[in-house]
Amino acid sequence: MRWFKRLKPGWGLLTIVAFLALWELLAHLGWTPGQFSFPPFSEVIEEFYTLAASGILGEHFWASLVRVMVGLTAGSLAGIMVGVMMGWRETMDKALNPLISMLYPIPPLGWLPLLMLWVGINEALPITIIFIASFFPVLYNTITGVKGVDKDYIRVARTLGASDIKILATVVMPLALPNIFTGLRLNAGMAWRVLIAAEMIAIPTGIGALMIQSQSLMRIDIIIVSLIVLAVATFSFERLFAFFERRVTAKWR
Amino acid sequence: MPHIELNNIGKHICRDLHLEVFNRELLVLLGPSGAGKTTLLNVISGLTDYQGSVVFDGEPIDRVAASKRGIGYLFQHLVLFPHLDVAANIAYGLKARKLPESQVKARVVELLELTRISHLSSRYPKQLSGGEKQRVALARALAHWPKVLLLDEPLSSLDLQTTKYLRTELKQLQKELGITTIYVTHDLDEAEEIADRIAVISDGSIEQVAQPDEVFFYPKNKAVSDFIGAPNILTCDYCRELEHGVVEANCGGLPIIVAHEGNSVERIALLPRDIYISDSWPPGPGVNRFSGTVKDIQHVDDTVRLGVEVGQNRLVAEVPHHVFNEMSLAVGKEVYLILKLRRIRAYDCRCDHSRQ
Repeated sequence: MRWFKRLKPGWGLLTIVAFLALWELLAHLGWTPGQFSFPPFSEVIEEFYTLAASGILGEHFWASLVRVMVGLTAGSLAGIMVGVMMGWRETMDKALNPLISMLYPIPPLGWLPLLMLWVGINEALPITIIFIASFFPVLYNTITGVKGVDKDYIRVARTLGASDIKILATVVMPLALPNIFTGLRLNAGMAWRVLIAAEMIAIPTGIGALMIQSQSLMRIDIIIVSLIVLAVATFSFERLFAFFERRVTAKWR
Repeated sequence: MPHIELNNIGKHICRDLHLEVFNRELLVLLGPSGAGKTTLLNVISGLTDYQGSVVFDGEPIDRVAASKRGIGYLFQHLVLFPHLDVAANIAYGLKARKLPESQVKARVVELLELTRISHLSSRYPKQLSGGEKQRVALARALAHWPKVLLLDEPLSSLDLQTTKYLRTELKQLQKELGITTIYVTHDLDEAEEIADRIAVISDGSIEQVAQPDEVFFYPKNKAVSDFIGAPNILTCDYCRELEHGVVEANCGGLPIIVAHEGNSVERIALLPRDIYISDSWPPGPGVNRFSGTVKDIQHVDDTVRLGVEVGQNRLVAEVPHHVFNEMSLAVGKEVYLILKLRRIRAYDCRCDHSRQ
């Protein structure tokens, strides 16, 4: 049974095709879960085109995308900055660690009720939630990365005449990059997850809002379109970070 | 290139340590692991805090930060920056000093040529062999025109062949550049080959500083003698040249044949492991063979050291445990000794203490 060893990675696509075919078949046979209709894949795709052509899907997706980009960038930058400080200076680590250990276990969505009152129901709300959600993973991974840099690299840079800032920028940060990227990849998924929840609960625009509106109209096809968009967006973000990581570190790792 | 003085240095195992390194000299810091060798390099480079004073050319530099001491430090594990290619590794110290780009480039090319690695300039450390990494690390340590070069067992991770080759090159380079150098090692052969002077360090204090031969033939105390293998050292009363390159040295009544030029042998030395023991008169020419009586027996790890009285001399020979048992050696037993001719080292006294 050696034939399966020769399979190309593209083999995985076949699983997806089989899944879609099964879905189509079950929907046509009328084997539906629950009491509502179960649209076949072809209908969902049709709806996708309709939504895309009318601009509705684009509008909602764009609203979500902007929130993710802004929140993710701000949260990640803050996480990297605080993480570098905590990893580099032990006093900072000791000062901030207790507070951060207390805040980290709170699920990002747990902040939602509080933020709805403090920030209000506006664009800043999902962005703040994404900020909180993406801050912690990148923070912890940056701390690990910075602390994990072999002290001899720092010592040798010092004998070569480099200042602390120079060492941080040219030795510590580059060597911590693999860890920082791990944090960023985790963030990419996290940001979309919390965004959808926030949009479902509080915000009238975005993919999450589109889903919750479709639910009240019993438009199962639109819900499924939204889910597919979400899956593709999250997946692409994670791949994008993985791609950047390879670009930056593959030469020397 | 400065003259270095270490005064009353205290750090870790080192207590009240003194050491002087001459301008342009290659001083080998020789001692067992844990003796304080690396600690001392860290003190000189300013990478650690310490008590006492480090003086370069009469100026204490204790308040000068490591980055400003002008030192090239080659770490034991080389620690090349993995994310930088060879050229960027070498350029690191120059860029840290904010030299203009053109000057940095020219200097990197110069060092690549000096260490003969021009063909590697765009490789990354993970793509280099041990010897190549070693050269890159050396080039990087030399790039910023350091006044002092510190080398911490730089060849310990390399195979024997490469080590020998690089050792000679390193010595040549050091003489060419005339840079005051401290070279740490625990390997006596390496120390003897490369050193202008050797400083033997043990348990955090300097036991002896002298030229290589002097350390071997005139070990100052037991710590030094033990470290170099506790050689038998015999003083010669007189010697005569049998033919060119062969000398018979008469040491305490024993005529010992030595491969040596000239007839001014003052002392000879032979490590205990270079004396064979036999319980019957060994066949072959009777050169360097003597009979003696076992006077004491000492068990050292998996070997046995025998103190054998030969005429008016006491020689120490080392035999493996199983040989000791097979020969049922005991105090008072008569044995025969063969001194390995090629292993006998002779100390030549140019001021001619020998009489013929």
